[in-house]
Amino acid sequence: MNERDTIFALSSGRPPAAVSIIRVSGPRAHEAGRLIAGSLPEPRTAAVRALRHPRTSELLDEALVLRFDSPASSTGEDIVEFQCHGGRAVTDALLGALASLEGLRLAEPGEFTRRAFENGRIDLTEAEGLADLVEAETESQRKAALALAEGGLKKQVTLWQERMLALSAQAEQAIDYDDNDQEIDAALQRECATLAAELRSWLDQPRVERLKDGVRVVVAGPPNAGKSSLINAIVGEERAIVTHIPGTTRDFIEVPLALGGVPLLLTDTAGLRESADEVEAIGVARAGKLIEAADVLVWLGEPGDAPDHSRVIKAHTKADLPSRGSAPKGSLALSSVSGEGIPELLGRVELEARGLLPTEGAIALNRRQAHHVGEAVQFLLHAAVDAPDVVLIAEDLRAARSAFDRLTGRAGIEDVLDALFSRFCLGK
Amino acid sequence: MYDVLVIGAGHAGCEAAAAAARRGARVGLLTFRAEDVGQMSCNPSIGGVGKGHLVRELDVFDGLMARAADQAAIHRRMLNRSKGPAVWGPRVQADRKLYRSAIQQLLRENGVELITAEAQQLTVRNGRVTAVESNAGTFPARAVVIATGTFLDARMFVGEQVIAGGRRGENTSLALAQQIREIGLGQGRLKTGTPPRLDGRTIDWSRLEEQPSDVDSWAMSAFDDQVPRPQLRCAIARTNRRTHEIIEANFRRSPLFAGAIEGRGPRYCPSIEDKVKRFSDRDAHQIFLEPEGFDDALVYPNGISTSLPCDVQETFVRTIGGLERVEIVRHGYAVEYEFVDPRRLNQSLEVRDLLGLFLAGQINGTTGYEEAAAQGLAAGLNAAATAMDLEQVRFDRRTSYIGVMIDDLTLQGVREPYRMMTARAEYRLSLRADNAVTRLGQAALAASCVSERRRRHIEDHFERRGRAEFTDTEEGRADALYRPYVERQQREWDVVKRDSRIWFPGELDYAAVPGLSNEMVERLAVARPETLDQASRVPGVTPAALSALYVAANRRAAA
Repeated sequence: MNERDTIFALSSGRPPAAVSIIRVSGPRAHEAGRLIAGSLPEPRTAAVRALRHPRTSELLDEALVLRFDSPASSTGEDIVEFQCHGGRAVTDALLGALASLEGLRLAEPGEFTRRAFENGRIDLTEAEGLADLVEAETESQRKAALALAEGGLKKQVTLWQERMLALSAQAEQAIDYDDNDQEIDAALQRECATLAAELRSWLDQPRVERLKDGVRVVVAGPPNAGKSSLINAIVGEERAIVTHIPGTTRDFIEVPLALGGVPLLLTDTAGLRESADEVEAIGVARAGKLIEAADVLVWLGEPGDAPDHSRVIKAHTKADLPSRGSAPKGSLALSSVSGEGIPELLGRVELEARGLLPTEGAIALNRRQAHHVGEAVQFLLHAAVDAPDVVLIAEDLRAARSAFDRLTGRAGIEDVLDALFSRFCLGK
Repeated sequence: MYDVLVIGAGHAGCEAAAAAARRGARVGLLTFRAEDVGQMSCNPSIGGVGKGHLVRELDVFDGLMARAADQAAIHRRMLNRSKGPAVWGPRVQADRKLYRSAIQQLLRENGVELITAEAQQLTVRNGRVTAVESNAGTFPARAVVIATGTFLDARMFVGEQVIAGGRRGENTSLALAQQIREIGLGQGRLKTGTPPRLDGRTIDWSRLEEQPSDVDSWAMSAFDDQVPRPQLRCAIARTNRRTHEIIEANFRRSPLFAGAIEGRGPRYCPSIEDKVKRFSDRDAHQIFLEPEGFDDALVYPNGISTSLPCDVQETFVRTIGGLERVEIVRHGYAVEYEFVDPRRLNQSLEVRDLLGLFLAGQINGTTGYEEAAAQGLAAGLNAAATAMDLEQVRFDRRTSYIGVMIDDLTLQGVREPYRMMTARAEYRLSLRADNAVTRLGQAALAASCVSERRRRHIEDHFERRGRAEFTDTEEGRADALYRPYVERQQREWDVVKRDSRIWFPGELDYAAVPGLSNEMVERLAVARPETLDQASRVPGVTPAALSALYVAANRRAAA
């Protein structure tokens, strides 16, 4: 087999930034490092080096250079990492210098992680955690992803698999080694039910995606209730950091925020005006749908008109206007003009949102994993309740184990890898 | 010149010889002693859970075992009757002499030539087996099936006594064993055992629980020849505290515990001393007393196989209720024998590195008549294919227990004697004793290895399946019961199927696949899976290794 390409990429965020990290991985990584940095430090240590273009000898930057040797590196290959100044010109010059070397090319999306996976450095659930980790934008996201990347889920899955295997063994013994042809053992079905309940309690935990997509906070109320003013006031508030600029093509506005490390997606239904007009009637229906889909609803209308919702925060807006009078009981007095009540509102939103997110450091399932755990729950419940004889209990247990095989990537490998590696962005 | 020569005329050898002959090959069957052809050397029964399934599958290909069992049956029981039909296990007690003569008759009908000789050496030219040398001369052959059972360098143990030989009073194939080791095929040793044989006239049957034969009549073979035979009764006896104490007191005299036997025995068919040692909390173990034949007073006490010294056997047997005055006719013993790593075979049971050589039966590390016979069928059909340039016959684990067994053996190898169990079949609900014709009928016809009578039977069966009344048959009812589950499995299988379409090239160098650890390279190099799906069944292969293989296979396909 031919020598693998040596790949490189900017693995920190887009410049300009304080520091740019550029990683090189593959059989020629060390050679490339020496050509640019003159010499490399000892493995797993860092040293300051002058970086020069290998052809022109032009000085590019003074940078911190790290060296890792195969197989004890994150990809399992030889690695050199440059931590240089984060200006666009410096970064581009270094990437250009690397590209000029033979056998080196820019990494494809997800290629570093893919190599780590292929070289057996990480398993599937760890790779998934890593994918989440790179995409993490807030502290809670980072901690959840880290728990996964460190193999927390793998350990838990192994425990479940062992229990299912033990149950299967009991059922199989009753089929293949029962000289007396006895009835089903009720204890076996009880244990299936217990395990199903335990798996289900994991499924009831928030999904990891909510960490990534943010908790959906919908601001709703009648026309002129002050929805847009409130959103503007919140976005301007120091505590709420706007993480990126939303698309403006939609007829409602979504603003991603981070509140005390909690990712939120703030949705303004202000664009959906209520009217007899046919076009705007569609808007009303949409607002209704948004309210339904809301994780947390901030209601700015009369308390009695508030839609039925499990997590609703009622607010009395325009509290600065004397004509509005004082807030009714259970409503929070708000003024987008004076800022009154805004910190309290944010505090309550953050509190509600936290309850919807995986606890920090806990292992949360992503949708793909939850799907397979959900399948296993179905099979186990069927075994516990509906299966008429031990052969079908055994079949349900087999199906449950097979769902776990798909979860860990022991079966249906093609699907799993496709789903996973399409998620990585360049250079991570 | 023979097309196919089969060495050994036990259950594997007889089926192999007859199967090759049914495909039109000229077949020679070598045996030490002509009168032992088709001998049941251990328990006098055929079938059971999993095993009965194999017998029904053999029958679809016109194999011998089902018909011989029906002709010799003296007691029939459908095991697991209270459970689902997928795990019903047809089992018959067979009269030893009748069984032997039925097999010998069927071999003659199949046109197999019997050769009484001891095979001593294989002639190998250019990586191909070309002949078998024996004490009666050299027989050239296009393909050879070795089905020597426990005869390869076997040793028998009765207490402190060690005797060379695979069965009481018979020789062992030392020369052949030596050559197999030289070819590099020998893997290690396994152990099996047999109980003492009792004189039925000295058993007090009135004190034992009777186990009657089934009242409804069913047959092993689809050709129910309706041989009228009186059915004998079996009985159940139980060991007790006193029995266990005697056995325990003599542990040190057992070759099993004294370390004389190095081979591994089957965990699921332990000797009585093993049971007493491992399940010391149990007060009693069941013993099934099975008569060996009509005009034979011998009784086979199923459940107390042992290699304890003769005096201990006599003492402990007489502590059992109903056996207080029993006479032992032949003492029990353990056999240790050499076996070959079946991962050296491809799925047609041909040795991967030696063309024209097929191995079948206990030599591949299996235990049981049915397992041996089923491999004999596969080896015989494929040896004929090699000799006469016919299509190979592959068995798929989704459609047969034969396929499950061959796939398990050739991919996973064995660490203890391999016995068929329904638990081994992930598609168990579809692999039933009642639907063997549906599953394998087309394959049997395609292999052109069946009689005219069988061909008509298979075609009739498919025709009957199309009719409305079919839903009222045993098979139709089971189909309906399991349909939702089978459909679910089908969806599951669709996911796996894509993996099974990813073929590895035969010369794939695992060491060059990036990301495979040395341990994975070793495991894969031994099992040599042909597809990604097979690789996922190689023991110990991790998901990460599977992904690496997947990536490597795709990269090659793209190149």
